[in-house]
Amino acid sequence: MSQNTMNLKLKIWRQKRASTPGKMVDYTLNGVNPEMSFLEMMDVLNQQLIEGGEEPVAFDHDCREGICGMCSMFINGRAHGPMTGTTTCQLHMRHFNDGDTITIEPWRSAAFPVIKDLSVDRSSFDRIIQAGGYVSVNTGAAPDANALPIPKENADAAFDAATCIGCGACVATCKNASAMLFVSAKVSQLALLPQGAPERQERALRMVEQMDKEGFGNCTNTGACEVECPKGISIENIARMNREFLKASLVKKKKKAGMAAS
Amino acid sequence: MSELNSNIPKGPLADKWQTHKNSIRLVNPANKRNIDVIVVGTGLAGASAAASLGEMGYNVKAFCFQDSPRRAHSIAAQGGINAAKNYRNDGDSVYRLFYDTIKGGDYRSREANVHRLAEVSVNIIDQCVAQGVPFAREYGGLLDNRSFGGVQVSRTFYAKGQTGQQLLLGAYSALSRQVAAGQVKLYSRHEMMNLVMVDGKARGIIARNLVTGEIERHSAHAVLLCTGGYGNVFYLSTNAMGSNVTATWKAHKKGAFFGNPCFTQIHPTCIPVSGDYQSKLTLMSESLRNDGRIWVPKAKDDKRKPVDIPEEERDYYLERRYPAFGNLVPRDVASRAAKERCDAGYGVGQSKMAVYLDYASAIERYGKAEANKQGLPNVDTATILKLGKQVVAAKYGNLFEMYEKITGDNPYETPMRIYPAVHYTMGGLWVDYNLMSNLDGLFVLGEANFSDHGANRLGASALMQGLADGYFVVPYTLGNYLADDIRTGPISTDAPEFEQAEKEVTDTMDRLMSINGDKTVDYFHKALGKIMWDKCGMARSEQGLKEAISEIKALREAFWSEVRVPGDKNEFNPELEKACRVADFLELGELMCYDALNRNESCGGHFREEYQTEEGEALRDDENYTYVAAWEYKESGEPALHKEVLEFENVKPTTRSYK
Repeated sequence: MSQNTMNLKLKIWRQKRASTPGKMVDYTLNGVNPEMSFLEMMDVLNQQLIEGGEEPVAFDHDCREGICGMCSMFINGRAHGPMTGTTTCQLHMRHFNDGDTITIEPWRSAAFPVIKDLSVDRSSFDRIIQAGGYVSVNTGAAPDANALPIPKENADAAFDAATCIGCGACVATCKNASAMLFVSAKVSQLALLPQGAPERQERALRMVEQMDKEGFGNCTNTGACEVECPKGISIENIARMNREFLKASLVKKKKKAGMAAS
Repeated sequence: MSELNSNIPKGPLADKWQTHKNSIRLVNPANKRNIDVIVVGTGLAGASAAASLGEMGYNVKAFCFQDSPRRAHSIAAQGGINAAKNYRNDGDSVYRLFYDTIKGGDYRSREANVHRLAEVSVNIIDQCVAQGVPFAREYGGLLDNRSFGGVQVSRTFYAKGQTGQQLLLGAYSALSRQVAAGQVKLYSRHEMMNLVMVDGKARGIIARNLVTGEIERHSAHAVLLCTGGYGNVFYLSTNAMGSNVTATWKAHKKGAFFGNPCFTQIHPTCIPVSGDYQSKLTLMSESLRNDGRIWVPKAKDDKRKPVDIPEEERDYYLERRYPAFGNLVPRDVASRAAKERCDAGYGVGQSKMAVYLDYASAIERYGKAEANKQGLPNVDTATILKLGKQVVAAKYGNLFEMYEKITGDNPYETPMRIYPAVHYTMGGLWVDYNLMSNLDGLFVLGEANFSDHGANRLGASALMQGLADGYFVVPYTLGNYLADDIRTGPISTDAPEFEQAEKEVTDTMDRLMSINGDKTVDYFHKALGKIMWDKCGMARSEQGLKEAISEIKALREAFWSEVRVPGDKNEFNPELEKACRVADFLELGELMCYDALNRNESCGGHFREEYQTEEGEALRDDENYTYVAAWEYKESGEPALHKEVLEFENVKPTTRSYK
């Protein structure tokens, strides 16, 4: 193929393991095809490093279709790079120019410790879901699916919140390293559906409590998370979660007060 | 040995599952607390099984190599999930879903398993809705459906082009609930490296902690492998980069039979390869064939832009060859037809190895319907197209966006270019009706087993099978097996069998790390993929397969003397992970070729060039090949073939016709 290839300068965060300090290291990569994805560009770099007797750059990736949420690079100061609504694996080199210098860092957050190079530990997200991101229904205990009509509008809104891929771009991009967009997406999905109603208060309280415990920061409404979210999750969800949380807190206080009085 | 007893219950087909459930043994709640179960893989099959077994009271350990169970590759399934709900009133039924699946599989699957799958399909939708899975709905608030290939009813439930994601997140939430309850212990970033057999029973696994490199022993009373398919043996496929065969291959080497390994599904609608650096292929959902029309120019080497080629100079070859099913023929048929056109020189795009998937007429049709609905009289074409694009965006928006991101072309304005790619493997470890392999205590679920899809899987059936196995089959059949283990007590990991299995793992890794050759793991993986695609892909021949077997042997030898694995084994080392997986693919590839060579017929996705009709359709040989080929591993020499003869008592195998 006769496409014009590009020569790039890469500045990449290298860190052997969580306990050792890391630093930015410069690499030159020539002959990059603009049709490559960003991760394929990283593959090419790694092949060269291995052949040259060096250690390749560790990075997380899996489906390479923008849906598993595993890839997680901070590229030129932006989570998942310069294109909106795009995960790193779906970012293509045609959006860069010959001679560009590209800076590549891991997600930065106290709640996402670095494992190696660009790989971070996001198990805090799993623990937040474990705190209440579900409907308590056992296998086999479900009524007929059409027994419970749900207005299309609500179902669609729940779907939009449910498309979160749990990548952590919202946390990485937030100056407070807040996980509110992630948490609120799940709280919203289940609050918008009748199936989630019985547990909605307890859910909001427990998920927020776990979020705080994990060391994520608070939300100061800068809206950066919404801009960088590859799935376009709206910060309306954060507003909805705040309402859910407030309501649940008030009810809880009343219950406590009632118990104390009796 | 009577290894190949499929244990299909007696009685009429429609009653088998119910009768079986009524008669199998149970484990009472107090005893479940003393029983440990290992589940490897957390996709639809693994997550649903681990959650359900945890709810029932077993102590479950769940393993996944990804950083979270939510990343399992089920997440990437796009189009939908079948269920015989007949909500459309279009004549669907359990029997019809069963029949379509048997026929779609080209009469190479087990009747009893497929009927059970169709029966429980309805429960799956109920379960998922109860979990809060946001399926697509109509304005009346009820669930919507669409059509998929190989059938003439609308039975596919969906959530835009992200059905797999939504179903997996549902199963993941159920799993997370059990983790919180202490019923499931989760081991993320852990890879199963070996199976441990004690006294002829599967009693544990050796796992590697991928973060620290530590080798761990885990014991249990039963082991469930829910580790997906092995399409990555082809290097390029629609599978995730990490999808691998290691868990099932290690079990195979411990004695589990591998069923129909050559049955590979080549999906007709994928984004074509664009260069040598390509790391994976991306699927464009089969649901797009609901509305899109597939064509190539009638003239060879037509250099015009697709939109400039007039209607009468286009060859809508699927509609031409298969008028009854048109663009919705099953995947194997659609893939071969695309290959036929491209091989004949009618392909499009730079590589000439692509065909068009065109939405122009759908956009116009939907636009007109929408204009009518909105009561707009005398609208101009521009408005119709605008409305049509909105409707198409609502149905397939995320898929169109993905296409544009990858190719840089706008599919609303110009037809997509597509070509077949490896997508799914119908083959897998052999299991009986209870989903247990020929090794006691080793159960295999979802894509990892061979059981339900025969030689070709119909669209929207993989999600159905994964969840059927995990939610509604194994919770019953596992209890039947474990009823013997209520007095066994905890299994010690100090047994010599654990030590031996661990040693096999560390020896292999030490050997890999010590080669220090001059070629990367990817070099070998790509070379293997090319052999497999060229000689064991969409078309196979005796000569090609024989060549492939010797080429793979040579490549494997080269791998073990020339590969370079950088870094250390006692740390996070993605290259070492890859090396271990590719080492197993290099063995599996050879077995697939033996299987393809043995099967002197064409059926479903297995197309042997020597066996075709004059019109180029697959030519089955029911007399000699109506069996499951279950292969036994041999240390040296060729693998040994065992046969499970397939009996068709309810459906008479006929020549599959979609004309």
